[in-house]
Amino acid sequence: MAPLFEMQNVEKHFGTVIALGGVNFSVSEGECHCLLGDNGAGKSTLIKTMSGVHPPTSGQLYMRGEPLTFRDPREAMGHGIATVYQDLAMIPLMSVSRNFFMGNEPVKNVLGINLFDHDFADRVTMEEMRKMGINLRGPHQAVGTLSGGERQTVAIARAVYFGAKVLILDEPTSALGVRQTANVLATVDRVRQAGIAVVFITHNVRHALAVGDRFTVLNRGKTMGTAKKGEITPEELQDLMAGGQQLAELESSLGGTV
Amino acid sequence: MSELAQDERIKTTSPLRQALVRPELGSIAGTIVVFLFFGFLAYDSGMFSPRGVMNWSTVSAQFMIIAVGACLLMIAGEFDLSVGSMIGFAGMMIAIFSVTLDWPVWTAILVTFVMCTALGALNGYIVVKTGLPSFIVTLAFLFILRGFTIFFPQLIERKTIIGGVSDAAEGDWLASVFGGKVGEPVFIWLADLGLIDVFERGNRAGQPVIDGIPALIIWAIGLVIVGHFVLTRTRFGNWIFASGGDAQAARYVGVPVNRVKILMFMFSAFCACVFATCQVMEFGSAGADRGLLKEFEAIIAVVIGGALLTGGYGSVIGAALGALIFGVVQQGLFFAGVESSLFRVFLGVLLLAAVILNTYIRRIITGEK
Repeated sequence: MAPLFEMQNVEKHFGTVIALGGVNFSVSEGECHCLLGDNGAGKSTLIKTMSGVHPPTSGQLYMRGEPLTFRDPREAMGHGIATVYQDLAMIPLMSVSRNFFMGNEPVKNVLGINLFDHDFADRVTMEEMRKMGINLRGPHQAVGTLSGGERQTVAIARAVYFGAKVLILDEPTSALGVRQTANVLATVDRVRQAGIAVVFITHNVRHALAVGDRFTVLNRGKTMGTAKKGEITPEELQDLMAGGQQLAELESSLGGTV
Repeated sequence: MSELAQDERIKTTSPLRQALVRPELGSIAGTIVVFLFFGFLAYDSGMFSPRGVMNWSTVSAQFMIIAVGACLLMIAGEFDLSVGSMIGFAGMMIAIFSVTLDWPVWTAILVTFVMCTALGALNGYIVVKTGLPSFIVTLAFLFILRGFTIFFPQLIERKTIIGGVSDAAEGDWLASVFGGKVGEPVFIWLADLGLIDVFERGNRAGQPVIDGIPALIIWAIGLVIVGHFVLTRTRFGNWIFASGGDAQAARYVGVPVNRVKILMFMFSAFCACVFATCQVMEFGSAGADRGLLKEFEAIIAVVIGGALLTGGYGSVIGAALGALIFGVVQQGLFFAGVESSLFRVFLGVLLLAAVILNTYIRRIITGEK
């Protein structure tokens, strides 16, 4: 069976710069596919190509084997491709439930006027957050009072609730502490078990190995091959990301702490 | 929610702290303090007689009308410094159309409303398209509109005040919506019962001293109710919060931020126009200096009402209470016989206190250090 979402030989050029020079990548339902790359490897460009921000210069995207093109992010969302960006699209001063439904507010009609259905929004927010393992003090708690990991979880829960089939997570653990990272990784696991295809972008090998089913390394705009869980060691992944042996040498001089 | 297992990492918050994060809290406390203060200081002065109440209610209602527009705009993340000039400009246009050009007053009012909201839209369009701070763009309009407000009457009539609007507005259906009074029979009935005084001398002898509630007050209450309702109970209200809280984040999830902001600029201009029309109908004239400094008074009322200058947070009810505090203090000092220049001192102190309190509240909400 064709994978849920696939990219074949995708290239993206910006003028004379080749940001992506041949990307092959696929993800299936209920799979967490980790995309590893160092800074400048082209991760951001790849995310934007997947989510419809940039059309690819060449190559083809497929959904269940059917070729498709996105003209804008909205079209990608319409196909169920949701991206949770690093900056989360969340407003600290607003309550969790207002944030959860921002841009997709539920309405109920009272006397011919469409009202924001706060009861529905509050109830769904509490339910969805509980499913993700977070007990909110209340739906009116401001997002600003949540920890970074909790905010990440709200953003993921929001994408899932609004029908994400492919969930792209842009470095969801990069700014988090140890416990918050564990919470977010647990959330990723829950989402995967719900049958959603997760694309987990990171430069942290340990975080990737904790939840990933498959691993693809991106280096200088090219995918360096895909490995299944158990087929590759953290050291090998690390070296692939760094594009060779340099890091292994560096690592030995640092006593294996990288 | 009590059946839910509490996360041990979330500190329990005291009810006081929870109440503190409501934007209205400061202005509710302020309103109580102000009424207690003048209750003691000016009780005998007639400030709380029916006439006195009507006096400060009318002044407060004026502030309220422009505060509602400024409040929603500030929550959407923008300022409008052209409110005062817009008031002068709108009033002058109504006078020129109805007196100089001899149009029916209702046409003059409608055309002025269309012009002013279009100018508001222009303000908003420039802000949204250039990405410049609204502070600068509307500051430019503060001068542009004031300039025209002085230039047009001088060009046409060689004076800066155009009178005679009252005569033109006689019997006009739309003029009475802004300049009329509501509930006359009720007040006559109250006077018959002896609950309010009647004039003892003069050509209005026997009539009650208050003969109705000015349309201005009805407009103020109506705008506050509509503003509060839209902000808290509709999806558009959520977009207003979102646009001011973080425009980029709002755009990511599909909120039409530019449209929201432009509409709020138009609403601000609309409120200024309501203010101007009521004023012109009341005075029967338009002056080139009308509305001076009103933009700042509106912003102060909004800030006292708990809105953050940075946008994304605030309350229309709070802004209305801020306007009430404003009106009560201004007229109360007059009733109490205090030198009126001290009003400005008081205002400055109040503004500073409100901003400091709001900043503190913001830290509580967002957990910033």
